[in-house]
Order: sequence, then structure tokens, then C-alpha cells
Amino acid sequence: MNLQQIIDQLNLTVLTESRDFASITPTGGYSSDLLSCVMAGAKRGHIWTTLQAHLNIVAVAALNDVAAIIITESAQPDVAAIAKANQQGVILLSTPRPTYEINGELWQLGIHK
Amino acid sequence: MCPPARTPTEQEIHGRQGRTITDHDAHEINRVEELSYDLKVRDVMTAALKTASPDMPLSRVLEILRLNRISGLLVVENEQLVGVLSLEDIVRALQKNELTAPTSRYMTRDVVTVASYDSIVKAISTFTEKQLGRLPVIDENHNLVGMITKGDITRGILVALQKDYKTEEVRRYRASHLFEDIISERTTLVLRYTIKAGDFTQGGKASSYIKRALLRLGADPQITRRCCIAVYEAEMNLIIHSTNGGILKLEVEPHRISMSATDEGPGIPDTEQVFEPGYSTATEQVREMGFGAGMGLVNMKRCVDEIKLESTVGKGSRLVMRIFIPNQTVGVSRDGQTDEPSTDH
Repeated sequence: MNLQQIIDQLNLTVLTESRDFASITPTGGYSSDLLSCVMAGAKRGHIWTTLQAHLNIVAVAALNDVAAIIITESAQPDVAAIAKANQQGVILLSTPRPTYEINGELWQLGIHK
Repeated sequence: MCPPARTPTEQEIHGRQGRTITDHDAHEINRVEELSYDLKVRDVMTAALKTASPDMPLSRVLEILRLNRISGLLVVENEQLVGVLSLEDIVRALQKNELTAPTSRYMTRDVVTVASYDSIVKAISTFTEKQLGRLPVIDENHNLVGMITKGDITRGILVALQKDYKTEEVRRYRASHLFEDIISERTTLVLRYTIKAGDFTQGGKASSYIKRALLRLGADPQITRRCCIAVYEAEMNLIIHSTNGGILKLEVEPHRISMSATDEGPGIPDTEQVFEPGYSTATEQVREMGFGAGMGLVNMKRCVDEIKLESTVGKGSRLVMRIFIPNQTVGVSRDGQTDEPSTDH
């Protein structure tokens, strides 16, 4: 399951610059709104679901090489966060749905740990 | 055919794509676009040209075309481009049996040109706009200096990209052999970053520079990851808790990496308690941002081999961490072993 398929299936909004999402295949997922937990728990290539939307999630994602961040419950990152994400090559996706539902669907799509 | 000297971009100084050295693709696209502006027509054009003079008989021109297997000649007088003569023009002359006529009688005078100092993006747009395959190149004095084709542009970009690639390779090679090339009793590379208190917009910046440096030095990815987690937590602690910011320092040696975070206050009353999972003194505002989980020092301890925290209330704190690199130097990557910190908490 590549990132383009995930974006289509979950009807996610792409907040950052368009890329060849079909060439990215997430290796698993991680969920937390606590950045220390994400630093410890998220792995390279994971999808990270969170309702945090501020600038610092970009640094955490970049340090961990996560495949993409899905920001849930329509939390809106500001312009600076999106600009930094573009600069660092971090993909930001958005959905109005809660983290729990998104995780459930990701699991059903075969994105397991 | 060499691109002109220019100031390297932020991306080139700090590695591809600005963060890690993994995302080549998007960068290459940008680089080609960048090169279309950086490279000038004179860098990629063909300089030596066969030309005709206006008074040259068409029979002579035909001979040149035939011998060189080309389909047209530029007509030059006193180094200035005055026209172009193609096979089609010769056919017209043949119909009238005028092969002895001078070139000037049949040549096209209105020639589309491009300037040698233009960027190649200008040439590309002229090619597209005029639907031409080749363009004469003139200099600032309108003298003919060469010819440019689409193939010249492709070749020029490829050469420049290859040069970029080689530069990056050399840079990485040099970095990864740093410790082998320099002979001393003890070689240490020190990276030092000033961290401002409360500056969340720069949170993780020093850590990402450290990550890039370690990867470039050829450090094992797992060791790099452990190091990154530890320095990120230390960096964020300086931002969140220090009174006036502090210094984050990384010392790389072939057998170990030492990290330190030093500040001048406020100091920690109980240096044991802060290692308890979930213990935090972060404000509500900071917690809302996802910090203050009380896992910072726990994460650091898990990632490093040695950790020491010294603090005096009112004076400041100093955190020192070490990761030992067993049986190897930085620059030789270790295969097959994982020392991923345990993540269950």
C-alpha cells in the first residue's frame, strides 16, 4: 500500500507540496501526541498520526525520517510549519476524523507495525 | 563546457534536500531547474563553426554542406552574422539554375539568435517558441560565437549534474575518512550549538545538523539514531527549561560520541527524580504542544551508554552523555547489529 493509495482511500488533504506519493511505501505506523514518545517510538518510514499541528512536529518527523504525518481532527498547522515541512521534505496530511478512526483504517489497509 | 563559479546554495552546503541524504528525487528536479538558470548559453554551445561569406558562390556552399553532412550554414561578414543559408535555399537556386550566384542572393536575412550570456532557460524557450532545432549564438558585440542545439543543453545539464554528484561523493568520502586521514594521539571533532531559551521555532535544528554530520562521517545509522534522540531531548530541554538558553556540544571520536548540554539556570533541585518516567515540571502551555511528557531524560538514558547530570539550583545544569562505538571507528559501519533503544513505555 503506497502513500498515494492511502491518501485516496482515507480521503486525506495534502498540506505540503505535491510529490510522487506512489513511490513512498510506509513501513508501519505510530500514534502519539507526546513528542518524546514519538522520538522513541516512531521508526523510519512510519506514518505518524497525531492531533499536534505546531512547528515542532516537523523537526521530530525529519529526525525520525517518518514517511508522513497525518494530522487529525482538522488541526491546522500554521504557514511557518508548512513552509518548514516543505523545506525539510516532511509530508503533512490532514483529516477531520479522529486519530482512533484513522489508525483503524490504516490497520485495515495493511499498515501494521 | 564548465558551469561558471557560483555561491553554493543552502542545500548544497547542508546536504541534499536540506535534511538527510535520502531524498534525492525531488532535489534533482529542483537542481535541473536551477541549472537551467545557472548555466549560460556559452557554457554548453558548440564554438567552432563552418560559415559562409555573403559573396561565396552557392556551388561552394553546397560542397561544404555535402562534405560536412550538414543542412545549413550561417553567413558571416566581418564576424557579424548576416544571414543563414539552408539546403532549401539551394534548391530554390537550382530551380533557377543559379548555383553560381552569391550566397547573399538566396540567404535568409532575418535570423533568430540567442546571446552567449543568456541562461539556457532562454534558449529553451526560444526553441519552443520558434519551433527551431538550433540557434546561432552571438556575443555582446553581435559577433557570431557559436551554435546551440537542444542536444547541447541536455549534455550541458548532464555534465553539470555529474559534477555535482562527484562533489557530493568526494565530500562524503572525505568526511568518512576524516579520522583515518588525520593522525594525532587523540582526534576529536567538536560540534557546538547555542540554543536559545523559549525558541520553539528552532526546536530540533541543532539535532538535525548533528544527524547530518554523523551520517556524513559514516556513522552507523543505529548509533546516529540513538544520538539524535538524546541530543533532540537535550536541545528541547534547553529551549523549554533553561533561563537563558545554553550550549549543546557534541564531541566525535573514533571510539565514542560525547554529548553535553550546559545552561546557567535555573538548576534542578532533585537530579534523581527527573529520571523517573512521567515526572515533568513543564508548564501547561508547553504540554499542550506535546512536550513535558516526563520522558525526556528517560529517553536519553535509554539511548546512551553513560549519562551524568549535575545541577546546582541558581547556578545551572550540565548533562553529559556518552555513546561508545565498539571495535570500530566512525567511518566504518557495523553490519547486522541493532542496538535500537527499547521503546516500550
